[in-house]
Amino acid sequence: MATTSITVEETPLVRQVLYRADDALILGHRLSEWTGHAPILEEELALANIALDLIGQARLLYAYAGELTGHGEDQLAYLRDAPAWRNCLLVELPNGDFAFTITRLLLFAAFADPFWRTATASSDSTFAAVAAKAEKETAYHLRHAAEWLIRLGDGTEESHRRAQTAVDDLWPYTGELFAAVEGNAMPSPASLHGVWKETVDSALSRATLARPQDGWMQSGGRAGRHTEHLGHLLAELQYLQRTYPGATW
Amino acid sequence: MVAAASLRERALAALQDVCDPEIPVLTISDLGILRHVSVSGDTVDVTITPTYSGCPAMTMITLDIETALSRAGINARVRTCLSPAWTSDWLTVAAREKLAAHGVAPPPHTSSRRALFSAAQLACPHCGSADTEQLSEFGSTACKSLHRCRACREPFDAFKCH
Repeated sequence: MATTSITVEETPLVRQVLYRADDALILGHRLSEWTGHAPILEEELALANIALDLIGQARLLYAYAGELTGHGEDQLAYLRDAPAWRNCLLVELPNGDFAFTITRLLLFAAFADPFWRTATASSDSTFAAVAAKAEKETAYHLRHAAEWLIRLGDGTEESHRRAQTAVDDLWPYTGELFAAVEGNAMPSPASLHGVWKETVDSALSRATLARPQDGWMQSGGRAGRHTEHLGHLLAELQYLQRTYPGATW
Repeated sequence: MVAAASLRERALAALQDVCDPEIPVLTISDLGILRHVSVSGDTVDVTITPTYSGCPAMTMITLDIETALSRAGINARVRTCLSPAWTSDWLTVAAREKLAAHGVAPPPHTSSRRALFSAAQLACPHCGSADTEQLSEFGSTACKSLHRCRACREPFDAFKCH
């Protein structure tokens, strides 16, 4: 039956696609958890829209991974156990408060934005086509997160404290974004560290927030060693297909 | 040959009535979503392109195309093509006028990749005043942002620049 988990044959290209697809789907899922809980109506719409963009990007990438592996888009999303997921730990952490959600989005989008822009010139034509859509969407995500981080950091004492806590807590999860990747269909993440740091520094300084020192960095997500939080997220994300195998509507 | 050309023309005529479900004043060809229509044998191949990666209207649009062609007695296959990526610059002049008349500001002819903290200046589609402010860059659908006119005090949607 379809409840059986799938095992994906991972070539370097498949792995590169899954890194991006899994990051997008898991962060999209986290943002979608805000639906009905956002602080104001405009933010409710914004977070849902950003989630929709990310889930859309994930679908295009899973469709491509499906062509490469023979597993369909839905199978890749719904029938892999936690150790088969290749997302970085940063995106799977629970939402925390609004400052944590916004700070995480900024740290991720500051990477995704130059990543997709560079990837538009990829020699892999499918990947370049996905990138051409994603880079425009990500520009909006980055701007939105940066504007909010400035309001929070340069806002009240309480919002500043929460934003600084979020930056400090999330910082050790940023190193994994730049880990070396085998294969050359996509931009090398390490080559984007300089531009990422420039964007993040500019937002942090406008927000009157301090940038933590680079120290020991968390890792393991790309290798399938996840935090306990991913299992809970997948339990919800995969519930329907696991309970009613092959259900469609 | 003649049969194929006339089949294609009948298909194009039927497709003239297919509108975007979220902005019903625009047809899919106004929007630039409809890319190619070709004939192979007795089947019409229609190629469309998504506006946004996660646009939920694409499934609906595919279904509307199939329905419109089936009503005209035409067998159709609908295919999605990602490259070259759709951009809001593909909106036709007619589309921009229809949008404004519908109360939605058309997208400015600039890239979404503007400076990190700058905001686009839009004219109010109701009164034409340039004295407007952005309420949120994310509106009721993925393709729209939310604004307010300081002159006539009316809120309005704007088609996002992508």
